[in-house]
Amino acid sequence: MVSFRLAAVALLLASPVLAETYGIGRQTTPEELKRLDISIGPEGDELPVGRGTVKDGEALFEEKGCVFCHGEQGAGGSAPALKAEKGPEAPIWQRGRILPVRAPFATTVWDYIYRAMPLGIEGTLTADETYAITAYLLYVNKVIPESLVLDKESLPKVKMPIGKNYADLPDWKPKTPRLKGYPY
Amino acid sequence: MTSKPPVRIGIRAPTNPIEIPKTRREFFKTGATLAGGLTLASGAVLPALAEGGHDHTMAAGGHENESPMILGSAELVQYGSRSPFEKSVRIPHPAGSTASPDTFGKMFHIASPIGEFHGTITPSSLHYVATTRQSYMPEIDPAKHTLTIHGVVDRPLTWTLADLKRFPSVSRLHFLECSGNRHGPQNKNVQESHGMTSCAEWTGVLLSTLIKECGLKTSAKWFVAEGAEEVKGASSMPIAKAMDDVLVAYGMNGEAVRPQNGYPLRIVVPGFEGIFSTKYLRRIKIVDRYYMNYNDYGHLTETPTDAALRYQIGPKSIITRPSGSQTLAGPGFYEITGLAWSGGGAIKSVEVSTDGGASWKRAELKSAPQRMAHVRFSCPWNWDGKATSIMSRCTDEVGQKQPTLEQVAKYWNKPYVKGYTMPGLNNSVMPWTIAQDGRITNGLL
Ligand code: HEC
Repeated sequence: MVSFRLAAVALLLASPVLAETYGIGRQTTPEELKRLDISIGPEGDELPVGRGTVKDGEALFEEKGCVFCHGEQGAGGSAPALKAEKGPEAPIWQRGRILPVRAPFATTVWDYIYRAMPLGIEGTLTADETYAITAYLLYVNKVIPESLVLDKESLPKVKMPIGKNYADLPDWKPKTPRLKGYPY
Repeated sequence: MTSKPPVRIGIRAPTNPIEIPKTRREFFKTGATLAGGLTLASGAVLPALAEGGHDHTMAAGGHENESPMILGSAELVQYGSRSPFEKSVRIPHPAGSTASPDTFGKMFHIASPIGEFHGTITPSSLHYVATTRQSYMPEIDPAKHTLTIHGVVDRPLTWTLADLKRFPSVSRLHFLECSGNRHGPQNKNVQESHGMTSCAEWTGVLLSTLIKECGLKTSAKWFVAEGAEEVKGASSMPIAKAMDDVLVAYGMNGEAVRPQNGYPLRIVVPGFEGIFSTKYLRRIKIVDRYYMNYNDYGHLTETPTDAALRYQIGPKSIITRPSGSQTLAGPGFYEITGLAWSGGGAIKSVEVSTDGGASWKRAELKSAPQRMAHVRFSCPWNWDGKATSIMSRCTDEVGQKQPTLEQVAKYWNKPYVKGYTMPGLNNSVMPWTIAQDGRITNGLL
């Protein structure tokens, strides 16, 4: 398909080196983007409409087979644990690499489950189911109370236990050492 | 090694139209006129004849062919294969872990036989493979595959593969390395210790070209690249990197990117840990903040030091020959050779020690070092037959030096004891111990 942009016309007149764009490709439609975009940022702007309760999530964790790989309440299975052994009284970096505990944003948990689970039949969960399972996993780790219903509004507002207690990546620049002052 | 060449039933040596000289000496006397005729015979004969002016005791003389002839086949004509004598293969990483494919056909990490290579380029068939977790490879029809770039840009655009091939292309040598490429005292050979890195010539479009086509907004700070495998692995990377040297690659070592390496499209993020170089690339989202997707959460660390050292790869080199599990035939001349690379740019120099690190000699670089690419180095060596250990270290264009594990421990004020693990991807010096009988073993504590 030919691009509808004016730049494409300009390209015919100007030399390709001087032209701002090459005019190759087609504009992605808003409908396409809505379907394609499963990257959920910390603000949750991309979250679909839907809702889920802890109670529904508990049932779905069985129904969808999560329990077979991750174990009861997400502990003791063959797949990575989803429930921390240590409770909120322990310092966050000692509670293990448990996604629904260590993730800085609840949106990260939602994003991962929606795109990558259940293993083998990824991409089959609905938005409602994902809200519910996320609520359940946050609840078993004592991150949210049982009464909290998760949806587009409430999910990004969940306060994760890690807070800002993690390091930002360095401000990367080309042709610079990876860590200032480190000779190696 | 000991296996016989496959003798195919009914094979006859092609009748040679010219008379083959009886001895090699005779050949070298008359070689100039005969060489053209000899190429009509099998290539298996020619190298043996060309290799020197004296007769080997093993060599067959006379008018008989020394080796059975390989019958041409459609397979060999259409898509060549290596000699059946060549046996190097990839192995599970870490050594001894679940073999790929498992009973369900899933793939895990597999390490490249880095000790067997010549030159700088890893053959595509032997390039290391890492999977976010055990996973299947998507079988993508290139005619249906598209790439979309959207987010904080003036206009989101979608390209087919044919579209992408219309853009000005670049071909660059780049290494990739998995963060799991950590050598330790338990590794028997260089494939086990350093096999999770490879270097290929990647061809494609610069990501900056594609982003400019979409029109970058000033609020853009990061980009998220997403693949089409089941986990749809996604990592956030700085927009400065995208505009610098990230490649959207469809070519690998002269042909299409292999399925295990991301067919039909992947990004190559030069110098960053391997996980950033998303395979099966289908979407790039330009964003105004760190997106903290699952792969980013995987990089979450407590201290800025750990964060920095688990990002851009440090300078690293390794002697691949002679190396662990090999045996030196006896005192005498050997060419020590290996590979060096850095995420910080091109390798500036490599040094080799043959006396356990007491003294260092500058190694020869076999080609002009490319940025974020393996470079082959070598160093002539006369082994006196005494027990010793050999090792290499390198410096890159921004001045970063490859440390010994001991230097790293000292830098961080940690005791240098058995089992010390350094922060970040292990880029420390790897010593090989050579015993008096020529046997070579892992020289780490
Ligand atoms: C067939 C086994 C299997 C099933 C079924 C399964 N998972 Fe998983 N899950 C895994 C494996 C294996 C991983 C590890 C992935 C990795 O290491 O990249 C994982 C990872 C995860 C993680 C990230 C854990 C972490 O800290 O890295 C979450 C969250 C998760 N699964 C949730 C679920 C949910 C919710 C379901 C049900 C809807 C489910 N899983 C079903 C096997 C399974």
